[in-house]
Amino acid sequence: MAHPTQLGFQDAASPVMEELLHFHDHALMIVFLISTLVLYIIIAMVSTKLTNKYILDSQEIEIVWTILPAVILVLIALPSLRILYLMDEINDPHLTIKAMGHQWYWSYEYTDYENLGFDSYMVPTQDLAPGQFRLLETDHRMVVPMESPVRILVSAEDVLHSWAVPSLGVKMDAVPGRLNQTAFIASRPGVFYGQCSEICGANHSFMPIVVEAVPLEHFENWSSLMLEDA
Amino acid sequence: MAEDIQQKLEKYRTAPFDARFPNQNQTRNCWQNYLDYYRCQKALDAKGVDTAPCDWYKRVYKSLCPLSWIEKWDTQREDGTFPGKI
Repeated sequence: MAHPTQLGFQDAASPVMEELLHFHDHALMIVFLISTLVLYIIIAMVSTKLTNKYILDSQEIEIVWTILPAVILVLIALPSLRILYLMDEINDPHLTIKAMGHQWYWSYEYTDYENLGFDSYMVPTQDLAPGQFRLLETDHRMVVPMESPVRILVSAEDVLHSWAVPSLGVKMDAVPGRLNQTAFIASRPGVFYGQCSEICGANHSFMPIVVEAVPLEHFENWSSLMLEDA
Repeated sequence: MAEDIQQKLEKYRTAPFDARFPNQNQTRNCWQNYLDYYRCQKALDAKGVDTAPCDWYKRVYKSLCPLSWIEKWDTQREDGTFPGKI
């Protein structure tokens, strides 16, 4: 989850998010370098008494400051496209979960074998146990087996919503009447938080998403328990 | 043929990648498999043949389609208002 005064991304919990994080570091470093250079030039120009009246043009510098930006753009584009195609690869999911957005909660359906479905409401602030996170905890979490490719089909039952979990690098709009597919692999066990990312009415800020990645046996035990309870 | 389907069904984990629907929008994938199941049922019933091979489509649409959509379509089929051609 996010921390107070956090500036960067949350720790990556999936391989795709790791790639995105590293790419962001790369692109941001280029941005910082260019900005520092420009800032330096501005300060240098502004803080000198010397005036240059005799240079009218220069073929060499024009060539340099055309080619160099083109090279920088290529250096940004290549890793970017690499990640784009990586995210688009055909994966072979082990599990399909449907995340349905409602006003104002998510419901999850695990129907590969049995019909397991449950709602996931935010825990109201006055009902939080000590140590739990305000506006982020839910009564039921979406449990997934770790290190398994999971396919998520996102849709909505009423208005637009969006299913997002930043540490997994996932965001997918929930559109009524449409099934949007996304996938992830939880590379480590843990609890990952997200929030609805499309304005959907009064309680848009109060329908969070919690994904809990556990070893496969724990996932199997959990799903048997959930089926019994239902 | 029937044995292949049986084997595939026994090893079924979830709906596999379908090259007819390679992109983000899987709505048609769910719809098509739902239609295919009931069409397969109808066709094999008419011939008087065992409808077990149709179960593949059933597993796939159960994996992909939201429960509310399946309920709605099942009701529509019973009422005779189902928009698809079966």
